[in-house]
Amino acid sequence: MRILVTGAAGRLAQSFVKTLHEAGHEVVGLDRRPWPEAPVPMHRVDLLKRAAEDVFRATAPEVVVHSASVTQLAEDRSDRYRVNLVGTKAVFDYCRRYHVRQTVFIGRHTYYGATSDAPLYHAEDDPPLGLETFPELADLVAADLFSGSMLWRTPEMTTAVLRFVYTLGPSRTGTLADFLSAARVPMVFGFDPLFQFMHEADACTALAHAIDGRLNGVFNVAGPSPLPLSALIRNSKRPRIVLPEALLRASLGKFGLPRLQPSAVDHIKYSLVVDDAAFRAATGFVPRYGQLDTIHAFSERLTPDAPPASAERSGRAQG
Amino acid sequence: MVYRAGVFGFDRADIEGRLARLELPFGPSGYDAYGTSREALGAAFRWLRPIYQNYFRVRCHGIEHVPLRTRAMLVPNHSGGVGIDATMTICACFFELEPPRLAQGMADRFLNRLPLASLIASRTGQLTGLPEHAARLLEDERLLLVFPEGARGTAKLFSERRTVASFPLGFMRLAMQTNTPIVPVAILGAGEALPTVANLERAGRWFGVPYLPLTPYLLPWPLPARFELYFGEPLWFTGTGHEDSDEVRSNVERVRAAIESLLDAGAAKYRVV
Repeated sequence: MRILVTGAAGRLAQSFVKTLHEAGHEVVGLDRRPWPEAPVPMHRVDLLKRAAEDVFRATAPEVVVHSASVTQLAEDRSDRYRVNLVGTKAVFDYCRRYHVRQTVFIGRHTYYGATSDAPLYHAEDDPPLGLETFPELADLVAADLFSGSMLWRTPEMTTAVLRFVYTLGPSRTGTLADFLSAARVPMVFGFDPLFQFMHEADACTALAHAIDGRLNGVFNVAGPSPLPLSALIRNSKRPRIVLPEALLRASLGKFGLPRLQPSAVDHIKYSLVVDDAAFRAATGFVPRYGQLDTIHAFSERLTPDAPPASAERSGRAQG
Repeated sequence: MVYRAGVFGFDRADIEGRLARLELPFGPSGYDAYGTSREALGAAFRWLRPIYQNYFRVRCHGIEHVPLRTRAMLVPNHSGGVGIDATMTICACFFELEPPRLAQGMADRFLNRLPLASLIASRTGQLTGLPEHAARLLEDERLLLVFPEGARGTAKLFSERRTVASFPLGFMRLAMQTNTPIVPVAILGAGEALPTVANLERAGRWFGVPYLPLTPYLLPWPLPARFELYFGEPLWFTGTGHEDSDEVRSNVERVRAAIESLLDAGAAKYRVV
């Protein structure tokens, strides 16, 4: 199949591209950032520029994986909104115009938000409750909902909105990996929420399943059952520091603590867990990696004394 | 039941054995899908054992009515200010049932916002009382502990300790929907252990709780009153859970009446020492 991946130079998207390429698909990448060692043809264009539409026309993809979203909260807000909202609309316009068969939107489980009184296992139809305390997520939530609206706007096209849990793995990148890579990994005193994460390779397999199964609908995608943050930190052999909430908020970004957004503190205070039963039932997906394999795949190359390079740019607070 | 005496009047190996026989699907890292930790349960029950056995000297009657492997809902009366009745019921199911079971309480929402309380509740399988949690646990064939009176129950004054406040309908709709038997439970002793003379709501708000119970000796510290737990025969209700309120309410009243009759029968024999 001919598959176009937007945001292909992104961290998780690179793995997607490689997996789909190795599975024998004809993959084309699109990103405004460079990816020199890409194994597939890359078009270095901005989604909102004319050239992007040309890529859609020239490639005539059967499947589009829309993975171009800015999740770093540190980025300029107007750019985030431009890419996440206007960009998503543009992608779906092109898909419709060039008769793409299936579009897969790469979403995140942080859509639901971490709140004190939310149910532990979020079903796909749960509302995004986190905006009250974490308004910075609004554009990601809106992009997710907009993609979902394609299910009735363009019934002739198959649309899958996949809300992935945190990914961990050898790339050592991603929201959770960055958080864990900080010189000191903070916890809020008296709280130890459940964290849900999956191996990068499993995320790729899940995406391939969604494409092969021509999945239509909104789905949570998860790996093994969740673990408390303390167990996650302990098993990845990271140095942990427990601070009262007020002190933690005041010291974010200092003393080796990660540069979290203050509103993201709720994500290390309250559990955010999704129910992926619908996705498993629809695709037959079974994660290959358990909790500990996944953590070790990430932490093997990390030592407490030598945090990885990504620790320096760990401002990716968006859960 | 006779316990082999250990250092604190109980046997550590007995708790380890019970923990091993607890039929919960713990993953390789020792946690179940809800974050319940085997290790934390062990620590909690080691700590609670002398309180259960030597401080409140809990006596159980009819605990054989609690199903050993299938879904069930324990529905007791509530009193005693700080949830000691819930804790003792959880202990009873762990220490007296064979194989032991973990009763999973449906905690008040404020608990999850309190440091430590949130942590302890979550590691010991005590989730926030949301219908989604209850339904999920029952589908997993767990043993649910539900106090329909909620905070109105714990807030009873000493003079009201033997009364049962009105029950909302939610737990019954859920029981009908999931075809879950309800085991009525009467708990005597909690009201005596924490004789509440007033509830301080404003002071409670400073601590993030609904109220602070005030006792004649001021502190909300439970006295060593004897606890008697009476478990009644399981009650089954048929239906979809979507019936109109009158029909559901008549089922709820059956549960309430069963608890009241256990409570009255127990109260006639109850001695606080």
